[in-house]
Amino acid sequence: MKRISISPPVAALILAVILFVLSGLLPNGFGSDMDVARAQATNIVRLAVFLGVIAAGQTLVIISGSEGIDLSAGSVVTLTAILAYIIVNGVDSRVLPALLIALAVGALVGLVNGVGITFLKISPFVMTLGMSGVVTGAIIVLTHGNVTGKVSPLMTRLIARPLSPALQIPNAIIIWILFGLLLWLLLERTAFGKNLFAIGVNRVTARLSGVNVTAMNLATYALAGALAGFGGFLLVGNTGVVHLQLGQPFLFPSIAAVAVGGTLLSGGKGSYWGTMAGAIVLTLITSLLTTMQMPESVRRMVLGGTLLVLISIYGRQRALRQ
Amino acid sequence: MNQSRWDALTARQPAMFALILLVLSIVINFILQPNMFARETLNSNMRVFLPIILMAVGQAIVILGGGIDISVGSISSIVNTVLATRVGLDGSPERMWQFVFFSLLIGLLAGAINGFFISFLRLQPIITTYATSFLYAGFALFILPNPGGGIPASVASFYRNSTPLNLPLAFYVIALVLLIWLYISSTRYGKFLYAVGGKAEAAYETAVPVTQTQFMTYVISGLMAALSGIAITMLSGSGNADIGGPMTLNSITAVVIGGNALSGGVGGVTGPVMGAITLGIIQNIISFAHIDTWWETFVKAVIIVVALAAPGVVNLFRRRA
Repeated sequence: MKRISISPPVAALILAVILFVLSGLLPNGFGSDMDVARAQATNIVRLAVFLGVIAAGQTLVIISGSEGIDLSAGSVVTLTAILAYIIVNGVDSRVLPALLIALAVGALVGLVNGVGITFLKISPFVMTLGMSGVVTGAIIVLTHGNVTGKVSPLMTRLIARPLSPALQIPNAIIIWILFGLLLWLLLERTAFGKNLFAIGVNRVTARLSGVNVTAMNLATYALAGALAGFGGFLLVGNTGVVHLQLGQPFLFPSIAAVAVGGTLLSGGKGSYWGTMAGAIVLTLITSLLTTMQMPESVRRMVLGGTLLVLISIYGRQRALRQ
Repeated sequence: MNQSRWDALTARQPAMFALILLVLSIVINFILQPNMFARETLNSNMRVFLPIILMAVGQAIVILGGGIDISVGSISSIVNTVLATRVGLDGSPERMWQFVFFSLLIGLLAGAINGFFISFLRLQPIITTYATSFLYAGFALFILPNPGGGIPASVASFYRNSTPLNLPLAFYVIALVLLIWLYISSTRYGKFLYAVGGKAEAAYETAVPVTQTQFMTYVISGLMAALSGIAITMLSGSGNADIGGPMTLNSITAVVIGGNALSGGVGGVTGPVMGAITLGIIQNIISFAHIDTWWETFVKAVIIVVALAAPGVVNLFRRRA
């Protein structure tokens, strides 16, 4: 018997389109007004960019296997957003240094995660959870609760505004597409990507086939931290304001986006396309629930229920009998 | 000679490090707070620690079986909101005990839902319980949209002030839980639990009922989360739908500090109980050490990371030597 199989990223995208079309039929939906529909779709994708970029690092550590996960991503996003905000302080020429510092600080936190996990044999879940606390603590020490700074016109121009008035697509989306291409290249066309999948499937066989597992692990966590740092930079460029809880709400959704995108949480199999689709689906569901003006309680329950249905469709693990 | 003895000790007693940490933190706490062992102080500490201890016990059993439960905090929240809205400040103690029983059923049911999806439908534990944590948290908020409600003062004061034989009530609860664990770990189910957590496929090959064993871990965890919710309700005396959420990750940290491997099959319940107490004492130490408020979060997190790293550091140096 041949089973029809749709790859998870495609399934997630189809689901997103169906949900979006259905949302048009709501009382306050876009109805048959195509312009409004396009504007709404663009807006949802624009919101998904930040979750998508933050979930990129998560995708890498999850593919690397051995219970890989990065629970420090949320606080790294907050930290780098605040750093960028303080450093730029309204001056265009400081945007590039701010971006580099955001990436470096993210990579440093990721590297500490990697060291703890690789050398001290702390499980990724608690190591990154602990680091999340350390980073949050550092933010409080650093800012004493209030931050003074400013984004610069250049940042807003590059991230929040459209490329040209004729093409009404915010730059953030274009950045995301380029970002997705780069990650695809990284995962599918480089030695790093091949090794990453190899250590995700089985660390012992990977080591015996000549992969430097230790270096790979360190590099993966450092890179994941840097990507979260990039997410923080983008986020502050878009919103223009920072607060101490900026990144935390993205943490668990970033894991959910990876899972919905069909990446195995046990590692060794997955794609960034899937995560992008997952980020769009999750953002769509969240904004739908907001437009429908559901109370917070119902919103949480529907979100949980939908997530459960989504992972029931293709998140199942192998049966024991196989 | 010394080295191999250390090896044997940590292999046979995963909770060894937890014990060392616990003793160390108690000593530091005692220096900062000399009246720590006075009946009143001890009781007021233990009644605050008890909810997280109970939650950590359930989490420990799930983790032993190779899973993880992110929904425990939300289960506690449901129990808290049910008790606070259905019993009320002027409710009778009898009504309270009825709803305590009802709360345990809620915990069993919530755990069974988790277990059904994870062990029967074979979904990944972390993301499944993350999804159900939203379901349960939403349900708690549905029951009690704004903090409020309460339980009879007599019940709250029974929890807060009972010190039979001059020992805190929490000690008796912990002793009871550990005794039950001692019994369970000696039964066939206890052996199955370690087998499933160690390697589920191998356990399946040797005719261990893997599905049922895993399912039961989530049911137990749901039950313990409900007990934790009951304890925290008696402690706070009022209802708040977000009361349990922050406890979830602490319960996992407690289990790992207690020496259990997050990958399953290694450890026990005594270690996690010590881990949970250690976490509470660390909080105490920080408030008594008069650390600048801005530094509190940072210092606490660093202490926890160091505590997690300590066994690894010891092993690293031992390998060099």
